[in-house]
Amino acid sequence: MAIEVSELTKNFGPATAVDAVSFAIETGSATALLGPNGAGKTTTLAMLLGLMTPTFGRIRVLGADMLRHRYAVLNRMNYASPYIDLPQRLTVRENLTVYGRLYGVRKLRARIDQLAEELELEALISRPYRELSAGQRTRVALAKALINEPELLLLDEPTASLDPDTGDRIRGWLEAYRARTGATMVLASHNMPEVERLCDRVLMMRGGRIVDDGTPRGLAERYGRRNLEEVFLDVARHG
Amino acid sequence: MAERRRPAQTPSPTSLAGSLNRSYAMLLRHVYLLRGSWPRVLELAYWPVMQMILWGFITQFFIGHSEWVAQAAGLLLAAVLLWDVLFRAQLGVTLPFYEELYSRNLGHLFVSPLRPWELIVSLLGISTLRTLIGVVPAALLAIPLYHYSIFTMGLPLIVFFVQLLVTGWALGLMVSGLVLRFGLGAQSLAWVAIFALAPISGIYYPIEVLPGWLQPVALALPSAHVFEGMRAVLLDEGFHTGHFLAALGLNVLYLVLGAALFMRVFAIARERGLLLHSGE
Repeated sequence: MAIEVSELTKNFGPATAVDAVSFAIETGSATALLGPNGAGKTTTLAMLLGLMTPTFGRIRVLGADMLRHRYAVLNRMNYASPYIDLPQRLTVRENLTVYGRLYGVRKLRARIDQLAEELELEALISRPYRELSAGQRTRVALAKALINEPELLLLDEPTASLDPDTGDRIRGWLEAYRARTGATMVLASHNMPEVERLCDRVLMMRGGRIVDDGTPRGLAERYGRRNLEEVFLDVARHG
Repeated sequence: MAERRRPAQTPSPTSLAGSLNRSYAMLLRHVYLLRGSWPRVLELAYWPVMQMILWGFITQFFIGHSEWVAQAAGLLLAAVLLWDVLFRAQLGVTLPFYEELYSRNLGHLFVSPLRPWELIVSLLGISTLRTLIGVVPAALLAIPLYHYSIFTMGLPLIVFFVQLLVTGWALGLMVSGLVLRFGLGAQSLAWVAIFALAPISGIYYPIEVLPGWLQPVALALPSAHVFEGMRAVLLDEGFHTGHFLAALGLNVLYLVLGAALFMRVFAIARERGLLLHSGE
């Protein structure tokens, strides 16, 4: 298993953001955390990454207890999110160099060149990050997330606020990366077609709990709906 | 599906070499920032140079009107240059830390293998670099402008420089910790805290000038011992070991406190999810 979570709970004062969640994610799989705003998806991802300490519960990622030994595995994981950013004044190459070093990547220059080619960043590589469009920034954030060739890639709304063309390209790169490396992917998204395309499993969250678990097609059949978007609306509105 | 290929990485993320590599990466991040922005570099040197020019003229005026200053013409100039070491060292920790908050970068940093103490080491490194960029040009310009070289102080100058650098680091870590906890709304602490120390550090006057009740407070600051020691050297009273040891002990204490506060606030930030929302 790439991830094993048991009774994971996060309280912020009297509010419970994640409520005794348990699940396991197989190595090499692609899993979506789906749910309405405030369902606990981002908080769950943050705890999986060690960015937030749980109030209660256990997390094992890539065989390591994330509460005690997260530094042993953080270099094998990575993360991209539109809610956090990269240094604005550094160029794309400088940003990737800093992160490549943080992840201890050898032959870093070659790795950056390879990513620049794969993600079509060559023309942007010497430009400051702050000068890039939203779509270009997302590509750079994805390059940063892939700099260490992570075995476990966590993505929070990877194509949020992107035009359909850029979103489609990002999804294509993620598919190709997973096919090439066998990496495990976990993503939180509100984009149902994206989840149907990228993921072979969906964990439906609502009110901090996992309320359903299945394949995109399996969930649609179970709820008697045509697609995942209709399932999402059912879960979000009716529980 | 393709067989998993291990990425080409350094052998152990938990080794000392790995830690040094990550601290260097963070140092590099701030060097890139300076390298890409000459106005920032110019600004680093601008204020110390202006301070030096101002106090140089004040010194020239006082040489004819004050017996005390006339004894050692460099008293005020050395004081202003060393004060800038403390000031720049403190800002050298806080401002690069603020850069991470401004750019909403903490979340990315701390999903990487970067440990908080490795970030601290890098902040101390960039603080040293920023302080040297700020103060050395002013010290060099004082030679042709006022025929005063602080470098004639010799070995004690290195001691004073290092002591004030460490005091600035300690204060910078405390301020950075508080800003991480309370957000960028508290960022003016970087200037408020350092100027609160200025009147009781005895930069331009002996501690004995202060009211009796304030003198023990002053002597609880490493900076007060450094400036007393500086005056002793410039007034040919020799190197004052007592002040040196007091400053050293206090610096160790405050640096440990500063680092401990930063680490504690970091743990609180992880509990409260502040690393995801930094910069807001």
